[in-house]
Amino acid sequence: MVTSDRTRRRARRRARAFLPAVGVFLALIGLWELVTVAFGIQDYILPAPGEVISTLIDRWSDTLASATWVTAQEIVLGFGMSVAAGLLIAGGLHFSPIVRRALYPLLIGSQTVPVVVLAPILAIIFGYTLTPKIILVALICFFPVVVGTLDGLAGVDPQLVRMMRTLHGTRWSIFRRVEFPAALPSVFTGLRLAAAYTATGAVFGEYAGATDGLGNVMRQAVPQLQSGLVCAAIGLLTAMAVLLFILVSLLERILVPWTGEGNDR
Amino acid sequence: MGADDDDGIRLVGVTRRYGDVVAVDGLDLVVPRHRRLGVVGPSGCGKSTALSLICGLEEPDEGRITVLGAADGPGRLARCAWMPQRDLLLPWRSVLANACISLENRGVPRRAAQARVRPLLDRFGLAGFEDARPDELSGGMRQRVSFLRTLVADKEILLLDEPFGALDSITRAGAQQWLRETLASEPRTVVLVTHDVDEALLLSDEVAVMSRRPGRITARLPVDLPTGSRREVIASAPFVALRDRLLAELEGGW
Repeated sequence: MVTSDRTRRRARRRARAFLPAVGVFLALIGLWELVTVAFGIQDYILPAPGEVISTLIDRWSDTLASATWVTAQEIVLGFGMSVAAGLLIAGGLHFSPIVRRALYPLLIGSQTVPVVVLAPILAIIFGYTLTPKIILVALICFFPVVVGTLDGLAGVDPQLVRMMRTLHGTRWSIFRRVEFPAALPSVFTGLRLAAAYTATGAVFGEYAGATDGLGNVMRQAVPQLQSGLVCAAIGLLTAMAVLLFILVSLLERILVPWTGEGNDR
Repeated sequence: MGADDDDGIRLVGVTRRYGDVVAVDGLDLVVPRHRRLGVVGPSGCGKSTALSLICGLEEPDEGRITVLGAADGPGRLARCAWMPQRDLLLPWRSVLANACISLENRGVPRRAAQARVRPLLDRFGLAGFEDARPDELSGGMRQRVSFLRTLVADKEILLLDEPFGALDSITRAGAQQWLRETLASEPRTVVLVTHDVDEALLLSDEVAVMSRRPGRITARLPVDLPTGSRREVIASAPFVALRDRLLAELEGGW
């Protein structure tokens, strides 16, 4: 099959494209290990990578596993909520000029409220549950989704819309068959940004009050000078956000095959 | 009504302004049903604006437009198909799905729409390409998909805005010949805007000359040519004479 051959070649090329990033990552880890050994840096100031990994393994079952699970739920649910809310709000702003004039200034204003201040307020309202963290993640992440979607919808070729109007296109069918698909690349730009912000939101939420989660682990480990545990938690948090980012990018490849690498004939 | 029934398209004193620019000024134009009118004129003379006005994408500032008796925008939009120079295919849809879009817009389920359009692909030289993406096609093929999509919309009026303007001259000659045959087998009321004099003569029953902006019709030439292939017609004496008259009308127009 020509297609499977092409797919395999593309997969190999893509794998090779990751090599530089992996190389730099490994080199940084090596340098870090070297620095801690060479200068005899104390574990509580900067634990060596080996130390972090052994902490990760030792503390996995009693602390980190459940914390990762809790934070993963906050990230996934918060991200899902931000995507739903972002698309809905952007759609509303796009369809109704009145809604746009009423809501857009408020939306921008909402982004100037420091999330750090919101976190304890949400904790007071909702207690030590998952809810305030999910809301916080969604609050941080929905804005790039809204902006990406709005930008994409505003950038649709007006000629395409005119063409659809002459082809029995109603307002809704034009949105569904032309405007939304054409906006998708820009929507995904917003989604990737949002995915990168999720971890920050979850940690802010847990710092304001939580009984479990990676942010909670860090909050307790820092005053005890357990730097190895802090670094292990940071590593897990980063891995989760990167994984979400990769999943979003993969979804984009599947849903938006007509841009980017699709045109490498 | 009576007289209106015979009129495919009627424009009376139509004026359209964009800010200070008068694109079309007091345009009067009648195209009887099932006739094909070619409109030639220098670029920027308001030809494209005239088409947008006829098909209801825009409203005139002054004057009146009726299309098969309908004077309101939605009514005109329901009766006119519009095909611009750019093919405007949707890159995320296959050839077949692009051609079907007007049926889907009318609520025909996708599968039924494709079953209805699939048999037409052969006649448009697209057999075997139904699942291809637009970016896998040549310019000529893309334009044929665009034309198929326009015809599937099943409108009685066809407004063609330099349909082959983006094609190279060899592809263009083939496309003109092909469109001649297609229109001969499926008579429609057609307005063809072009700045290619040969194209206007080959595809129309009558050619109108439009002046520089603000656009008005300055001359109308009935086209009566012998039948035959594109090459034979172009070489015939009546064609050469008509082309000469048209070019004379256009002289100084630029």
